[in-house]
Amino acid sequence: MQRSFKMRLPFRRAAAEPRETTDPERTLISLLEWRKPGVKLVNWTIFAVLSLLTLVTLGPLFWMLSGALKSSVEIFRTPPVLWPASPEWTNFQRAWTELDPLLYLTNTAILALGAIVLQFLVSATAAYSLSKLKPVLSNALLFFFLSTLMVPALAYLIPQYLTVVHLPIFGISLVDSWWAIWLPEAASAFNIIILKSFFDAIPNDLCEAARIDGANALTIFLRIIVPLSRPALAVVAMFTVFASWKDFLWPLLVLTDTSKEPISVALYQLGIAASNGVPQNVLLAGFILAMLPPVILFLMFQRQIIRGVNTAGLKG
Amino acid sequence: MVAVAKRAKLHRQAPPAPLAQSVAHALSRFVRRNGAGLLFLLPALVLFAFFVWYPIAYGFVLSFQDNSLFGGTGSWVGWRNFHRVLADPLFTFAWRNTIKYALYGLLFGYAIPIVLALAIDEVRFGKAYFRLAFYLPVIIPPLVTVFLWRYMYTPDGGLLNGLLNLIHVGPQPWLQSPATALQSLVVVTTWANAGGTMLIYLAALQSIPPELYEAAELDGAGIFSRIWHITLPQIRGVMLIMLILQIIATFQIFTEPFTLTDGGPVNATTTIMLLIYNYAFQNADLGMASALSVMLFLVLVTFSLGYFALTRRLWVGGE
Repeated sequence: MQRSFKMRLPFRRAAAEPRETTDPERTLISLLEWRKPGVKLVNWTIFAVLSLLTLVTLGPLFWMLSGALKSSVEIFRTPPVLWPASPEWTNFQRAWTELDPLLYLTNTAILALGAIVLQFLVSATAAYSLSKLKPVLSNALLFFFLSTLMVPALAYLIPQYLTVVHLPIFGISLVDSWWAIWLPEAASAFNIIILKSFFDAIPNDLCEAARIDGANALTIFLRIIVPLSRPALAVVAMFTVFASWKDFLWPLLVLTDTSKEPISVALYQLGIAASNGVPQNVLLAGFILAMLPPVILFLMFQRQIIRGVNTAGLKG
Repeated sequence: MVAVAKRAKLHRQAPPAPLAQSVAHALSRFVRRNGAGLLFLLPALVLFAFFVWYPIAYGFVLSFQDNSLFGGTGSWVGWRNFHRVLADPLFTFAWRNTIKYALYGLLFGYAIPIVLALAIDEVRFGKAYFRLAFYLPVIIPPLVTVFLWRYMYTPDGGLLNGLLNLIHVGPQPWLQSPATALQSLVVVTTWANAGGTMLIYLAALQSIPPELYEAAELDGAGIFSRIWHITLPQIRGVMLIMLILQIIATFQIFTEPFTLTDGGPVNATTTIMLLIYNYAFQNADLGMASALSVMLFLVLVTFSLGYFALTRRLWVGGE
């Protein structure tokens, strides 16, 4: 391993040297080529095809909005109506009062916020220890954390559920408490790895200098590591929010109290499992209300999230 | 390092201290060196022990025991749970469906993100818009996606049959026929996930050194020959990783079949995860559920090991 690395080093260095002849921004097709008429045609074809294809992703969303605004007669008409004759915005009001999305959105927000705080208390501290403090056995422990990445969480769903129902040693049940979601979610090897690789890039000299000035490990963590890695922490926080919004099976199992359900479980109970007489168009309006927070959040932080996906790399 | 060695030497030269004192000394040095580090690791260690490491081990134990969701004898039954799972006709259905799910997923969805990423990387205008438009489904909560597609799949008055009607094709049963239900589910999964994979391919494309294209162009390689000889070989590693990750993800598919078809019609969409769920939470049979979980666990870990071997080779053996 080491030998191959050493052998490759000169090549890497050579590749890193800037060459003046090449436009660093160029892709498959060069700027010069773009001026040729044939290639221009290709460009317009790509543009047209991509625009058409966006209909596949945006079309269903438009259809959902159009359905939410239809009257209960119009929604069942064949052939389907593209846009309602007189949009019924009151469907959104009905969804707000009948489905009570505020309660479920608040629950989801509580779950997400708690998960973020715990993530910070658990993953960031562990990553700091593994990256900078390196106590005895830290390599072995890193391996133990890493190896859980190989085991998808669903493969141990049943024993994990039983653990939450009857927590060993403490002998208590976490069912119907927020902790049932927060604690298992905070045990995330993926976040530890992301944060550790970010902390690794912070020069050790910085920590060493602070230590000589009399700072202890906690001060170094809070005053140096955390402020310097705000972008990485933000990415982890963002992913945690989206994960909370997506989580379905686990809250369905451990939060049986309907007043504590997050939005995903509530949508399932209200819209799919039960036929409780709420008409289709009102349900659609409710579903739009439910997806707005993550979509708005995404649109606001689009650039950071996309960069986060790229740095977090191959998460899958 | 030198200072430590010197201190050790001094210590050795000093008159032998009483045992208790030297133990205390060593202990205090150990705490000074490791105390903070271990304290910072403690929360993660505790949580992993309770909610990851212990459950993984416990899962194996459960698969050899007789347990019910409402308590059980907990007696050891050897391989009986495994025999019962293997004898269940649904077991074959579940594996066959899951493998079909994975194959259809690759057929429908494997090439799409690559082609999209290539096109978006080359297009001169609207790059940000396209990236956003194709990524948007990833952000939408899965339950909303599922409901939206159920609404579009409605046989009478649904959007898809309406569109088919426009081109004079008869209405399709979509989710309600064993012949089309699984494929309809795969479409939903592909729609929801392709954007995320596309983003990863985009990053991979942007990391291809432009010199390679430059050189190929000078050698007279056309656009398609550049795709074939440079682009694809350069992203080959990412393509392999995505292949394995997609298979790992489909083997855990649950939400779509659970919410849209509940395994039906006629078990055409019962997947392994759904069967595990039904064993545990409908039949309350934790033994069978755990036995099947262990089988799934072994398959997934095999795939994951392949994934890790690959990524490791890619990281260590040059980019």
